[in-house]
Amino acid sequence: MSVAASRPRAKAIGRPRLRLLGLLSLPGLWLVVAYLGSLAAMFATAFWTTDDFTGNIVRTFTTTNFSTLIHESVYWHIALRSLGVAAAVTVVDACIAFPIAFYMAKVARPRVRQAMVVLVLTPLWASYLVKAYAWRVMLGDNGVIGWALRPIGLHGPGYGLLATTITLAYLWLPYMILPIYAGLERVPDSLLEASSDLGASAGRTLRSIVLPLAYPAIVAGSIFTFSLSLGDYIAVKIVGGASQLFANVIYDNVITADNLPFAAAAATFPVVVMVVYLVLVRRTGALDNL
Amino acid sequence: MNRKRVLAVLAATSLFALVGCGSASGTGGSGPGGRATPPNEKMLTALGSGEGQVNVIAWAGYAEDGSDDPTVDWVHPFESQTGCKVNVKIANTSDEMVQLMHTGQYDVVSASGDATLRLVYGGDVAPVNTSLVPNYATIFSFLKDRAWNSVKVNGKTQMYGIPHGWGANLLMWNSKTVTPAPTSWGAVFDANSPYKGKVTAYDSPIYIADAALYLMKTQPALGIKDPYSLDQKQFDAAVALLKTQRTLVGEYWSDYTKEVQAFESGTSVIGTTWQVIANLIQGDKKADVEAIVPTEGSTGWSDTWMISSKSQHPNCAYMWMNWIVSPKVNAEVANWFGEAPAQELACQQPDMASVCQTYHAADQAYSNDIWYWTTPTTDCLDGRTNVKCVPYSQWTQAWTEIKG
Repeated sequence: MSVAASRPRAKAIGRPRLRLLGLLSLPGLWLVVAYLGSLAAMFATAFWTTDDFTGNIVRTFTTTNFSTLIHESVYWHIALRSLGVAAAVTVVDACIAFPIAFYMAKVARPRVRQAMVVLVLTPLWASYLVKAYAWRVMLGDNGVIGWALRPIGLHGPGYGLLATTITLAYLWLPYMILPIYAGLERVPDSLLEASSDLGASAGRTLRSIVLPLAYPAIVAGSIFTFSLSLGDYIAVKIVGGASQLFANVIYDNVITADNLPFAAAAATFPVVVMVVYLVLVRRTGALDNL
Repeated sequence: MNRKRVLAVLAATSLFALVGCGSASGTGGSGPGGRATPPNEKMLTALGSGEGQVNVIAWAGYAEDGSDDPTVDWVHPFESQTGCKVNVKIANTSDEMVQLMHTGQYDVVSASGDATLRLVYGGDVAPVNTSLVPNYATIFSFLKDRAWNSVKVNGKTQMYGIPHGWGANLLMWNSKTVTPAPTSWGAVFDANSPYKGKVTAYDSPIYIADAALYLMKTQPALGIKDPYSLDQKQFDAAVALLKTQRTLVGEYWSDYTKEVQAFESGTSVIGTTWQVIANLIQGDKKADVEAIVPTEGSTGWSDTWMISSKSQHPNCAYMWMNWIVSPKVNAEVANWFGEAPAQELACQQPDMASVCQTYHAADQAYSNDIWYWTTPTTDCLDGRTNVKCVPYSQWTQAWTEIKG
């Protein structure tokens, strides 16, 4: 205080800066050390290897892990499969979420709207595992889905990639609905009215007015559904039958193979995919919709 | 990176180089992979009073506290007798046990033969002073000083743990759906299996040995003598068999509760199992299952309680090791898990004679016929010196490939 008072200039400029620094230093430290630091540590670990026998980490520089990942076709297959599942989950979620979000934002009365927001958020209060195991039971041989399809001569999907996609789409649906709902709420009603006044059909208004305006919000939702699906290894273990996704490769290398360096190398794949994804969607303005 | 760190990394690197040189020149050379002697970890010399708790890594069914079955509880009596609170972490695979022990946060582990030596040579476990474990004296002698639980140090055999029990991996099937009853492992490897999509297998690289054992008995031309000691050609044959099996498998299991649920819901009808899983399903009465050792014999486990070299609660850990092989408790574990007890006196407990008969507890010849989980190394375990064998790290890689 006394120092600041003796130097008027410091009082004018230095103190707000000091205050800002004080305010940001802890979160900043968290971001740099705990968040980026651990990413950097992971990337460094990816260039180490483990002792064949004891599993202890050998700290000598090698690119073996990456060349294994690139040269073994199995990892490409798993990577493509994971991207496919993540993309499918995103598309399914977008298709289900858009009508719901549109109804919430433009059709429902305020009280119904509030109730729907609560309903959309409610599943997030239940544990991930409870929901995944519920799907395991429903999709099983004697489950409710197989039972419901039997009268029309169909079988349930059984455990596999389809079941995984269904389960993940269910799990991440709220993360798609909410951004689209927020995006649609910002679309002025007057635009829709103007469109219909000018003679556009409902479909035409949807195509030419609503979808282009809601597009950044849909992409914003897709960031959640895509990245959450890409990193998921639990649902596929529960309802995926014998299939494995890329996150399982990482998990198996940590838990069963005890090969942290290889797991770290494998973990750079989803990181790279997400960085590319974010760069691509940056132009749509989706990042302003998060 | 500052200078000190650089020096530390350099020192560490050169240390590893030194270890490498040591094994290359083969000094001593009695250990697997050409490793001479394990890291020198301190052994407890005298038992003090308990530290109030002990952190245990165990196979499912090894540390029961009455939560699975109120009558099956040997954790609470231990706690009230010793004052050591038991914190149990169930591990599903040997690899998981090794990985957990690396963290240094646990005191004791019920390690199988494919984990023990990795723990010993990794410096994760300390030698065990058997004189501090009174019940060790009456353990079946054919389980002492074995390759998977002891190491020769300076010409003297040093125990690295207390034998717990042993048994075979079984073939289990749903007796309503699977007819006729299978007698061979072929039932889970046959490409034309009528149970396609409902076969299950253990989700661990060590399961490759089960395929190797089947090939050992059915394709003598491959010349497999030991399912854990496979040269490249033999290994490729086993992997090919498992890739065929992959088309039959509905789901793999490593979590034992998942297999219980899969058999009870009809998702799986045939596959490899442990006796404890069969017991749980039979107890629930939701599905009828049978489990046998098929004609080809079986892989199996011989488990050893080992103590962490970084144990924070060594006294409680020793008390736990002594407790778990005491006649009454070892009998209870063996009965619950479905395995042969290591404790000779366990077989003299009430109603245990038949259990010991079922699992051939005192039958050394039978025990010799089981292929216990062992860590595959580059040096062939079956004594061949003209070829290199496929080490475990490649088994794990191949396992990812098999699952595809």
